[in-house]
Amino acid sequence: MAQLSYREALNRALDEEMARDESVVLMGEEVAEYDGAYKVSRGLLGKYGPERVLDTPITELGFTGLGVGAAMAGLRPVVEWMTHNFALLAIDQVVNEAAKTRHMSGGQFSAPIVFRGPNGPAEYLSSQHSQALASYWAHVPGLKVVAPAFPADAYGLLKSAIRDPDPVVILEAEMLYGFKGEVPDEEFLTPIGKAAVLREGGDVTLVSFGKPVHLLLGAAEELAKLGVAAEVIDLRSVRPLDEATLMSSVAKTKRAVVVDESWPAASVGSYVAHRIATERFDILDAPVEFVSSEDVPMPYNHALELAVQPSVEKIVRAAKRALYLEAKHG
Amino acid sequence: MSAKDKELYWKLREQMVLMRVFEEKAGQMYGLRKIGGFCHLYNGQEAVAAGFASAMDFSKDYVLTGYRDHGHALAAGMQPKAIMAELFGKLTGCSRGKGGSMHMFDAERHFLGGNGIVGAQIPVATGVAFAQKYKKTGGATVVYFGDGAIHQGAFHEALNLAKIWSLPVVFVCENNQWGMGTSWKRVSAVDDFSLMASAYGIRGELVDGMHVLKVRDAAERALADARAGKPVLIEARTYRYKGHSMSDPQKYRTREEVDEYKKQDPILILEDIMKAQGAWDEAKAAAQDAEAERATAESVDFAESSPEPALGTLYEDVYAGEPVFMAPSGSPAGPYEPGRI
Repeated sequence: MAQLSYREALNRALDEEMARDESVVLMGEEVAEYDGAYKVSRGLLGKYGPERVLDTPITELGFTGLGVGAAMAGLRPVVEWMTHNFALLAIDQVVNEAAKTRHMSGGQFSAPIVFRGPNGPAEYLSSQHSQALASYWAHVPGLKVVAPAFPADAYGLLKSAIRDPDPVVILEAEMLYGFKGEVPDEEFLTPIGKAAVLREGGDVTLVSFGKPVHLLLGAAEELAKLGVAAEVIDLRSVRPLDEATLMSSVAKTKRAVVVDESWPAASVGSYVAHRIATERFDILDAPVEFVSSEDVPMPYNHALELAVQPSVEKIVRAAKRALYLEAKHG
Repeated sequence: MSAKDKELYWKLREQMVLMRVFEEKAGQMYGLRKIGGFCHLYNGQEAVAAGFASAMDFSKDYVLTGYRDHGHALAAGMQPKAIMAELFGKLTGCSRGKGGSMHMFDAERHFLGGNGIVGAQIPVATGVAFAQKYKKTGGATVVYFGDGAIHQGAFHEALNLAKIWSLPVVFVCENNQWGMGTSWKRVSAVDDFSLMASAYGIRGELVDGMHVLKVRDAAERALADARAGKPVLIEARTYRYKGHSMSDPQKYRTREEVDEYKKQDPILILEDIMKAQGAWDEAKAAAQDAEAERATAESVDFAESSPEPALGTLYEDVYAGEPVFMAPSGSPAGPYEPGRI
């Protein structure tokens, strides 16, 4: 089994899918001659040529819409957004076109397209380049939304997304592109809509998606030192949501901490917390805890930007509150 | 004139008359509350859709348009019954009652909608052209939009992309001179939209959109260019007789202005040409008119007698295969269960 970086895993998935299916094309800013702003598309131009790997002008609305039309007419485009922050310029084409095509046409047309790029905070990027925008996409029926936290899932989910008959948004993480992990040598697909239980435990369920999943694992280690066995769930998909895995875990632990690196209001995390509180009301031993980013735009100063985001410490404290080991406002 | 020309003239007249009669009926049905929501009628603009459609090859070409789409749907060869049933929100409508007036679709006729966001169809159409070029189908895409849409970034971004990638697309601005209640002259930096083509290094052409033969000529030239990888921008100067939508009191323009344009009616212009060229036949014209009335009446009967969609169909056409939904929210149809619909 190979150790691949998250970036290499995405690249391998793109490479394999482009080799498998001629209708797969990759387009976006700097994806071809520059090898990708984050080098995810390294080498693909040389291998597949300029007809299939296309540098676009800096026109997110234009090339995203172009991808949707190409998908409607039979191609399988992968549209790379340099970041999800810039995808806000293209949101009309995702929400009003890609997500609605099948429905408004009474099932006659579809838009099998993948939108992907880094989402969420990195470092020292201030307010416009550090936003976690999952809820913008997760809100919309007609879309599927996935957020891999590990190289193997980045590989398996991107391959599934390219083969999916519906539009899929992939939330990658800039801080994870260099993160290495094991990826099986043989080809595989990670199913969309299935969560992963990364660590089993009976005392409290820790759940998140994307980059903060790594914080959950760190928090679980810290909690273990206190004699608390935390179960860690990586949602992997936020639309559809794997409620079965989530609810069976909470049925066992009776306590939950939901973590989301976005702002608190109208977030995926707040929805997940609501679902747990509703579905597991009768057996919960404590209110569902929710750790999000602070409700402020991201500051540039490093100490400030770290203070804004979820951390291992914040998650441990939330778990301790859920276990009544720490007072709510203590 | 050749027999072929004569046949073409009658075909163009037939299409324009059907559009006119169909839209008048749609307006009546709206008044009877058989049709709800927005309903944008095409009266006055028929020469644009008919002229372009007559130059297209629907076996390989595609059409996209905005929300004033009934006329374009008819021009593409869609059945009046399927369009009227869609307006009535019935299951037998072309979009199964999910789309309504603004979202007519027909896969077989290569009619890709019916778009309700001003200008959003322009990049999408450019992508359809991208797929046509990629798959070497020899087809081209024609995308219509109004004078209101031409100032959207979507238009400008799409023209640039079409040029740099040499895509087979014809951009047709139907300048009906009123963006809802705003005169195009009040909100445009130029008084000739075809000039905007020059900013993207493509050919632009202004055509009389009330003259169906001139539209057809322009369409033939534009499609030939597009198929050769040269996108084209056409401004078809036209006029809409009805309000922006059914609820528009039209306080922004005078009755005299509308009446003046009705003297340049696209159907009358074509009929005058046919008469001048000895191609006119009063009985044949009457037969065409009667057939348009019959087909339209039939479409209303069909729409009236078609079933309402079952509430459970609301869960269909959202995803392929087994649908996936977030938590049920107590809809009248009840929570989704596979196989229940």
